[in-house]
Amino acid sequence: MTAVSFYFQVHQPFRLRRYTFFDIGASEHYFDDPENERIVKRVAQKSYIPMNTLVRQLVEETKGDFRCSYSVSGAAIRQMQLWAPEALDSFKALADTGAVEFLCETSHHSLASLADLDEFRAQVEEQRALVHEVFGHDPVVFRNTELVIDARIARAVEELGFRALLGEGADHLLGWRSPHHVYRPEGCEKLKLLLRSYAFSDDIAFRFSNRGWHEWPLTAEKFGSWVGGVDEDDAFVGLYMDYETFGEHQWEDTGIFDFMRALPQVLLSNPRLSFATPGEVALRHDPVSRLSIPRPVSWADAERDMTAWLGNPMQRSAQEALYAALPAARELARRGEPAWLETWRRLSTSDHLYYMCTKWFSDGDVHKYFSPYASPHDAFITFMNVLDDFARRSTAALEASRPLQAPRRLDASAAPTPEPSQNP
Amino acid sequence: MKVLMLGWEFPPHISGGLGTACHGLTRGLSQQGVDVVFVVPRARGDEDARHLAEIVGANQVEVGGAEAAPGANARLVEEEWDPELGPEGDERAWRVRRSLELVAIDSLLTPYLTPAGYEDRLREHAERVEALAGPGRRVRARIVPLDAPAAPVPASAQGPRRVLEFSGSYGRDLMAEVGRYAASVAEIARTREHDVVHAHDWMAVPAGLAAARASNKPLVLHVHACEYDRSGESVNPQVRELERLGMEGADRVVCVSHYTARVVRTRYGIDPAKIRVVHNGLDGDPRRGARAQAKAIPEPIVLFLGRVTFQKGPDYFLETAARVVKVEPRVKFVMSGSGDMLPAMIERAARLGLSRHVHFTGFLRGKEVERMYSMADIYVMPSVSEPFGISPLEAMAQDVPVVLSRQSGVSEVLKNALKVDFWDVQETANKILALLRYPALSRTLRDEGREEVRRMGWERPAELVRGVYEELAGVPS
Repeated sequence: MTAVSFYFQVHQPFRLRRYTFFDIGASEHYFDDPENERIVKRVAQKSYIPMNTLVRQLVEETKGDFRCSYSVSGAAIRQMQLWAPEALDSFKALADTGAVEFLCETSHHSLASLADLDEFRAQVEEQRALVHEVFGHDPVVFRNTELVIDARIARAVEELGFRALLGEGADHLLGWRSPHHVYRPEGCEKLKLLLRSYAFSDDIAFRFSNRGWHEWPLTAEKFGSWVGGVDEDDAFVGLYMDYETFGEHQWEDTGIFDFMRALPQVLLSNPRLSFATPGEVALRHDPVSRLSIPRPVSWADAERDMTAWLGNPMQRSAQEALYAALPAARELARRGEPAWLETWRRLSTSDHLYYMCTKWFSDGDVHKYFSPYASPHDAFITFMNVLDDFARRSTAALEASRPLQAPRRLDASAAPTPEPSQNP
Repeated sequence: MKVLMLGWEFPPHISGGLGTACHGLTRGLSQQGVDVVFVVPRARGDEDARHLAEIVGANQVEVGGAEAAPGANARLVEEEWDPELGPEGDERAWRVRRSLELVAIDSLLTPYLTPAGYEDRLREHAERVEALAGPGRRVRARIVPLDAPAAPVPASAQGPRRVLEFSGSYGRDLMAEVGRYAASVAEIARTREHDVVHAHDWMAVPAGLAAARASNKPLVLHVHACEYDRSGESVNPQVRELERLGMEGADRVVCVSHYTARVVRTRYGIDPAKIRVVHNGLDGDPRRGARAQAKAIPEPIVLFLGRVTFQKGPDYFLETAARVVKVEPRVKFVMSGSGDMLPAMIERAARLGLSRHVHFTGFLRGKEVERMYSMADIYVMPSVSEPFGISPLEAMAQDVPVVLSRQSGVSEVLKNALKVDFWDVQETANKILALLRYPALSRTLRDEGREEVRRMGWERPAELVRGVYEELAGVPS
């Protein structure tokens, strides 16, 4: 029996407003609230709410045989709380069906796992608490931002008490091996690695509406016959994708909702197939072998590496400047001013770095990503201006609060490290 | 494929981007197997024309006597009295000074008038010629109906074939020269085999029309700039009219950018179906390594390099400078070039309190230009209206990051450059300050820009132009 394991990513960044050099020192208003509100409302209407309604119907119609999982970033939860509460309610309703698992990630969809493991752990704990508070779930499976994994991250995730970690089934990671088995990252003792089947996932997420694709139009029957053709002893097929695939990246008129409406029945009519959430897959299957992940692997582009976020000098220097501003924000939070850290964390969202990506310049336009900027250079300039202002203000605020405290070291190791929590 | 190409300038004798573009295009075309005969007003013999089938100077061609432009039902004979041949009263003492066709284009610049209008214009011209004869000379102009060719010019005076004079520059006599150029080109069109006539900009419009008429071949008009780019709203109506006639008379109008195509469509009302956009390339191998030259001063240099004219937006450069130096007083702004706005700009800089921050170098040539680029840390092109604009590519080839106006054709194709609306001086200042403050931005632009410029040769544009020829010549491409 092979399990079809859906995981949907829900995320919205706090986009920055047009913030010029002349705003530095003059304005601490960084985020484009009207634009963020407009976008989250639109996506809620076009994608989240209709798709949640559909998923709930599918769960009910199949009496829970159709199952799936979500990771909703803390930033997305906050935005829905602010501007689209009915969308958040529809996610909560899914949580109540018992057939939907909520995963954990970093609260702010950040790349802290690569830059600062203490901050990474702090954001994971924040998200864990938020998922519990909002959806009443204690997540057991972790997915990192952009599915970034390496040996170090896997160990940290294991120490944080998770049962399983999601990753990209990249060719250079797997070699001849199949993504349809459970693996164990090298260096881990208990953690299970559930990889994405990029071929099947991208059939839905990218190729579905592509009329130039020789398999277009993709029907549930056709897709069902492909998935039904995997090896008998394959444990699962990981279908991981952005939730905006439904209704936003692929509009309703492409038939994407109809496809999803039909798919569960088609797959369930094959006695060899069932649905399972990642947590269930990890409970049922033991790793077939260890996998060595020396370098970070992501789910992005053909390279499946970090070049979409840290590929050019602008991105690397922005990341560097961002983490240089962390100690002051962290210390202010410790002194009872958490707003500084929250602002910093909104800046740590990976989208800000992604907007600075230049590699699609030479690729042509494979990379049509929604960027609020006219160019990656504009993205960099805006981000650096904001960060410059933030660094000035937080440093000044720290100076101002100093008399209350004995001088402290401000490097990363001085921050309180959350205890690794137990497997919930 | 053989092309008769008409352009006002060709390297090394150039005053702007037109000659450079013609050189790059013809080189690209020759690699595409297209034979180009290029006609300039005045060939000097040192043109870099090895790749051309032939370069011809209009000044080298004998132009025949009286021949009327089609559509004309009259012609004009301009004669001068030669005292050595006899008294003024003797008809034989009058020498024909100019041919009819020549006069038509020379004075009117509107070859497609109705016959009646043509005659009116001829009459006006005749009066002007007589008025302008000058002291000590006797000149007369007469209108002769076409159906009475014999009288009143004696056969002896009819014939001398002559070579016309050209300066090949953009002097006071430009309009007249444009007309003479057309006469010579029409002659050339009769003797040189070609499949297509390709004319560059308005100076070659009468010539292009005359050549296409003479050889009955299709005409391509290549628009590198319009009068609206050069002069804003205060256009020279004569030039504008020539442009319109050329665009209407041509079978295809090639524009150097979508920006220009829009102007051609909206300002001249040209049918979009015959407009093609072909972006310019960068001619020759981008110069490299000039950056190694040591800067003479430690302060960051922000450079403007180009004609100091309305079109190039020098005033926006100064307004930007005023905003930047308030924050970064160490920065030097350099304005290189000359033009009608230069004195006003020097005064403006003084009024803005920028005299210590802005330097004016005047017109730079050759090595000085390269040296200037190599000293610059940032290149700014704030053009108000730039059909293409090759200079940012030259700056990038020298590893200088650029901030350029979105109101330019080059911004349509260039990715590794910072783009601004020319009027948004606050945003331009923001970008310059970001370049100064965040070195990773310059580094990214330099690294990736170098690669981008390397790819922007003339191969692709020439391919597209050849496609236009084939379309017209009915050759399957």
